This record gives sequence, structure tokens and C-alpha cells, in this order.
Amino acid sequence: MADRGEPILRVRNLVKHFPLTRGILFKSQIGAVQAVDDVSFDLYEGETLGIVGESGCGKSTVAKLLMNLEQPTSGEIFYKGEDISKLSGRALKAVRRNIQMVFQDPYTSLNPRMTVGDIIGEPFAIHPDAAPKGSRDKRVRELLDLVGLNPEYINRYPHQFSGGQRQRIGIARGLALNPEIIVCDEPVSALDVSVQAQVINLMERLQNELNLAYVFIAHDLSIVRHISDRVGVMYLGKLAEVGTDAQIYDHPTHPYTQALLSAVPQPDPEGRDTRERIILAGDVPSPANPPSGCRFRTRCWKAQDICAEEVPLLAVPERYKDSDTGAKHESACHFAEDKDIVHA
Amino acid sequence: MSDATSAPPPMEAEEENAAKGLTAGTSSPDKDAPRGLWSDAWHDLRRNPIFVVSALLIVFLVVIALWPSLIATRDPQRCDLARSLQGPSAGHWFGFDTQGCDVYTRTVYGARASIAVGLCATVGVALVGAVVGGLAGFFGGFWDTLLSRLTDVFFGIPVVLGAIVFLSMISLSGIWPVVLVIAALSWPQVARIARGAVMTAKQHDYVQAARALGAGNARLLLRHIMPNAVAPVIVMATIMLGTFIALEATLSYLGVGLRPPTVSWGVDISAASDGMQFRNAPHILLYPAAALSLTVLAFIMLGDAVRDAIDPKLR
Repeated sequence: MADRGEPILRVRNLVKHFPLTRGILFKSQIGAVQAVDDVSFDLYEGETLGIVGESGCGKSTVAKLLMNLEQPTSGEIFYKGEDISKLSGRALKAVRRNIQMVFQDPYTSLNPRMTVGDIIGEPFAIHPDAAPKGSRDKRVRELLDLVGLNPEYINRYPHQFSGGQRQRIGIARGLALNPEIIVCDEPVSALDVSVQAQVINLMERLQNELNLAYVFIAHDLSIVRHISDRVGVMYLGKLAEVGTDAQIYDHPTHPYTQALLSAVPQPDPEGRDTRERIILAGDVPSPANPPSGCRFRTRCWKAQDICAEEVPLLAVPERYKDSDTGAKHESACHFAEDKDIVHA
Repeated sequence: MSDATSAPPPMEAEEENAAKGLTAGTSSPDKDAPRGLWSDAWHDLRRNPIFVVSALLIVFLVVIALWPSLIATRDPQRCDLARSLQGPSAGHWFGFDTQGCDVYTRTVYGARASIAVGLCATVGVALVGAVVGGLAGFFGGFWDTLLSRLTDVFFGIPVVLGAIVFLSMISLSGIWPVVLVIAALSWPQVARIARGAVMTAKQHDYVQAARALGAGNARLLLRHIMPNAVAPVIVMATIMLGTFIALEATLSYLGVGLRPPTVSWGVDISAASDGMQFRNAPHILLYPAAALSLTVLAFIMLGDAVRDAIDPKLR
């Protein structure tokens, strides 16, 4: 892909461990849930980075760390060159104007006691310089119009809306401060499929109109493929593979990505018999006690001794360094191998 | 035939109509439209006979507490020893007590002290409990440990015993010592409920969303958490109001609460509770006791009905 200049968000070696403690008065740490372990990625202006992975792999924790709702155990998050993970007070408040979030569940992300006008207008109440007092009402109506809701709805309460409409309200709230980055934590997974498509289309339209960068977290591979420019696959707190959507979907090199893709439902009955289904053995190990070396090795059919000893780094595999196929992208596997799953 | 582009597709038209219906609904409340917690609760309560009866009773009690002369024309302090212990008669339905005072008048005037103590103590308990429990639940960690243990310490003090000890040490008269002692010893129950409610509300995504927007703790607490955590505290306070009125009577009966010349049901019950007197003139005990029971019952029933109405699990 062409050079897109400096990334607006650079995440480096992000780690979040939740301590497990014992005792009431004299607490002693007996371990840690390694929710996010050494995650690094870049986000460029106006692009969508999809992050996929199964439940409990640390996707939502990454979102909370990006939003500074949780403090990372170590690692840095650079927004335009400034490390925002250690900011607090006024400086943090200023950065928050540029990074906003859309939440997963539209039924709990809107305060049931506030009108839509108050909910979308709250960013202006918190950041009074974002909109002069007299123009706030007008701005809220504009935002409602922008996300495809009737501006007359300004005095309604959230319970008077459907799930899709509520998610539009959540998006309008996220847009109010004109952010550059929006972190979307499974924004459509609580919605019906038909409504999912409407919301995704809205998000794509807004991205084009407002030049937004999305970090799009989801577990639905087809939606991620539809909206993302680049995709990162997470497993047990680590990124397994990162590449453009074509690279990941057509040339997956990490065994976990291949297993995930083989589970995507095949609409054409003709192709079902010929396609290989990779069925993984066992369950995801506990993040409190992850396997040594490669975290995927306990369920991997390629695992050898080296996988237990050495943590595979997220890098372009040696054998594909000079390749000009889609297999030339970062993959954290000792035995990375291009294998077309979707079209096979 | 109109231009195809100008005619909206059927689905959009439907939405438009629905929107219009809803807009009309906001100006005149729509029967089928979903409502908020309080309007839902009000909808339920109006149809609940227990609520209606107890609310009417409480309105009546509050009115006679404010203006007792509306239904009792005599002076509660003007007594005539010559009529001591006379039974009910045509002009004096409830009879006379030991001092020859009219029991009806004293029972009516007694409502004021009882309800004042109950209301003031409830307000105090709700304020202290909500602040302590709310801060413990919101900040968690060290503050939670500190405030929760403090709550436990006060929870461990038996209310009646504690009240007797404190009230017999201080020699102030009037309702305020009683109010303060009840409030100081009863807030832990509200604090525990407030702490739980705040901890639940804190977890909601909308609190995280406001935090992500840069909202400070004051805004989070006042705009997002408090409105969503206040319901269980209000229910608890309503139920407690009844028990505080009973507690005032208990303390007055024990001789440490309100004292004569303050007119209160507890004081009258105490004065009437001599065994000899009860056999000769049961009316002087029964009337104030009945008034007390009825009042306590009314407040507890109201609290119960409100709790049922705002508990979504019961719906």
C-alpha cells in the first residue's frame, strides 16, 4: 500500500495484566490475568484497522487502554508523537477530544435518565469551548441529522428508540467533538443483521465525509473484512497476524487465522464438500496461566519443540520477505505458511 | 403518477409515520409508548389499592400534623383533673386520661411530633447513608474499605440500646436529640444499599462513555450514577420512616425520647401503660397505640408498594 505518512496512533508493546489477589486486609498478589500482552500496531489517518479474535482474547481491553479507561501495565500509546497513556487531568481531557468511542451494547451505553439532546450535548457541556453555548442545540440537531435520525427526536429518551437508532445516537455522541479516531468496540454485535448493515454503511459514510480513523473491534470476520483496510487477528492477548484485508483473508499465514477463516459459513452448498474445515482441539487456555512460547501452540497442528521455547515475533516471515504475493505481511508464527482457506 | 424519485419507498414512509405518531405521543402521553422507570412505577402504583389506601392515609396524617385544629378544636394542654379516666362519651369520643385531658385531642396533636421525628430522621439517614455509601461504592479500594468498616461499626450498635445510652446522657428536650440519635444509629442500612446501587450503576457503559468524554467525578456521580442509583434508597427510606415513628414511641415509652409537655403518641402510651389503669380505663392506651400502629403500617405499606413498582424483576 502507498505511503500514508506518519501514523496518527502508534501503539507499542502494550501490556495489561490484571492482578489476582488473595486476602482481604493484607493483599498478596498470586498471579495476573494477562489480558493484553505486548501488542503493537499503527493506525493511519482515515483508515480502518479491524481487530478480530474470539471472546476473552483482550480485544475490549485494548479498546479501554486506547481510551485511557484503564491504565496499561506497560507500553506506550502515541497520538501524533505524544504518549497519551500516562496523561491525566487537563492534558488527558484535551486528548479525549480527538479519540472517541462507540460502545458495544446500545442498550446500556446511553443513560436512561437523559434525553437524546442531553446525551449528545454532554460532550459540549464537558468541553465548553467545543461549541458556544447558544449553538449547542443547533449542533446536536446537526449531529442527529448526520447519523440519519430525525432532529425532532431531541427531547426523547433512549428507551423510545430501537437498537439501531440507539447505536446511531451513540455514534452521534462520539462524533460531537470532531474526533480523528473512533474506537468501536463491537459496535454492531448487539444488533440484528439487517440493522448491522445500516449501521456499518453509516459508519463508512461518516468515515468518508469526516476523514475518521476507526479501530474496529469485532468477532464477525465478514463485517471486519467489509469495513477494514487492515486487519489484526488477536489470540489470548497477543496479535497473531496483521495485514491488509486482502492479505489476511486471501493469504493467511498464521494457523490460528486459517482456523478462524475455515469456520466462516459457506453460503454456496456446492463448495462445502471441497473446502477444508480446520477444527481446533481443546479450549482457549486461561490468560492467567498462558502457555510458554507461542500461545497458540497447545491447539496448533504444526507445533514443535521450538514453539514451547521461543515466543514467535510478529514480523514478516523469512520465506516471504522477497515474495510479492499477499503472504508478505506480519505473522507471529515459527512455521508461517500461506494457505488459501476461503477460496479453496 | 408522480415522479418515482419523489415518492419515498414504503419502509421509509412507514418510519416517517411512526415518527409522527411518536412525536404526537410526546405532547399527549401515549398509552402504549414505553415509559421511564418513574412513570412506569406511577402507572403501576395508581392501580395498586395498597398504595392508594396508604397514600391517602399518609396525606391525611400529614395534614392533621400540620393543622391539628382542623379536626380537634380543644387545647391538648387544657386538662381537668375532675374528669380523670372518664370513659368515652358523646362530646369526647376517646374519653379522658389520668390528668383529665381529652384523649382524642391529644391523639390528634400527637401526630405532629411523631411524623416530624420520622421525617427528619429519615432525611438525615438518607443523606448520611447515601453520601457514605455512594462515596464508598464510587471510589472503591481504600475508601470503600474504610467507609464500609465504619458502616459495620455503626451497624453493630443496637439502635435501642445506643439510643437509650446517648439520650440518657444528654438532657436536651424537644424532638432534635431524638432525631439526631436515630439518624446517627440507623444510617448504615441505607449506606449499604446505596453502596450496592452505586457499584451497579458505575459498571454501566454510559458511565464509561461519559468518562471517555472527559467527564469529572462530580459529573459522573451527579448526572449519571445518582439518578440511576437513587430508587432503592428512596424505597428503603420510606420503609424506615415507619420504623422510626415506632422507634420514637419506643424511646418515649422508655422515658428517654420525647418528654411531657411535648404531646406525642409515645408519651401518651407511656403514661397510660400502668397495669391498674389499663384494666380500669383501656381507652387511654388503645387510642394512641392504634394511631401509632396505623401510621407505621401506612408508611411501611407505601414503601413496599413503591418497591414493588420500581423493581423491574417483579414486572
